[in-house]
Amino acid sequence: MPRSQAAKIPPSSPTAAEQTAVEETPPVQTVPPPPAVAEVLALAQAGDHYAFAQIYSLHKRRVYSLCLRMVGNPSEAEDLTQEAFLQLHRKIATFRGDSAFSTWLHRLSINVVLMHLRKKGLPLTSLDEAMEPTHEDGPGRSFGAPDLALTGSIDRLALERAMSDLPAGYRLIFILHDVEGYEHNEIAAMLECSVGNSKSQLHKARLKLRAALRTAIQKGEPS
Amino acid sequence: MTRDPQFMTCQEFQEQMAELIGSGEDVNNHPHLRMCATCRALLADLQTIADAARELLPVEPPAEDLWQRIELAIQKEDSSLDPG
Repeated sequence: MPRSQAAKIPPSSPTAAEQTAVEETPPVQTVPPPPAVAEVLALAQAGDHYAFAQIYSLHKRRVYSLCLRMVGNPSEAEDLTQEAFLQLHRKIATFRGDSAFSTWLHRLSINVVLMHLRKKGLPLTSLDEAMEPTHEDGPGRSFGAPDLALTGSIDRLALERAMSDLPAGYRLIFILHDVEGYEHNEIAAMLECSVGNSKSQLHKARLKLRAALRTAIQKGEPS
Repeated sequence: MTRDPQFMTCQEFQEQMAELIGSGEDVNNHPHLRMCATCRALLADLQTIADAARELLPVEPPAEDLWQRIELAIQKEDSSLDPG
């Protein structure tokens, strides 16, 4: 399950992303006022077009955000969002309520993105290679300069920018773990890598983000 | 053989950080951190980054016409499945 993280990084439940999932306006003007979400879901499962439009309205921003953060390209992210909702339309009747619907849809969307990235040939299955220590991001880089600590809050845009500059493998694991709240064993299953690999990759992603954010501070940009 | 955590160098500690953090242990209580401001600062930074990531909101919504594109695709798919 997303959002249940290791002790050092306590969960905040629900996530900011989840809180916004019910705040969006319908895409179709003629859609009647929304009944309870469960009723909308039941109607959509029975093939009701307007109910499906409501489902889209409720979840479009979160699905699109996930896609955009993972691929970094708005046009590609929209194509993936479309594919995710098409797959949802095909599969929604099979949803049995074993998990929250938003969790189920989110996992479906992640699978769509991962399949897309695999088709593009990104090295999701060769993460070990990307994990080899380098002079650039190895632990030794962290020695010294404790005075440049990222105290207080980090500017959202600075973090988004730094995330988008991460190599794809690092970015995926950081988004899945730290943004979306998946656990390492879940990420390892999704990406077909080891749990240790996921932990190590996440750590290196955070080190790279720290370096990028510290550089931004040195340049006088907001952190 | 594992070195006594109390006598770890920064490099040794940082090489183990990924596993320590990922294990869910309270890394803040690690003996090395009691004596090392540099590694304490590093850990604090990493926690700040993770906390900030957790608070990230969804970005802007997709284009307004995306729903129309999805509707069209659904209709196309439905009609291809309809034997009539």
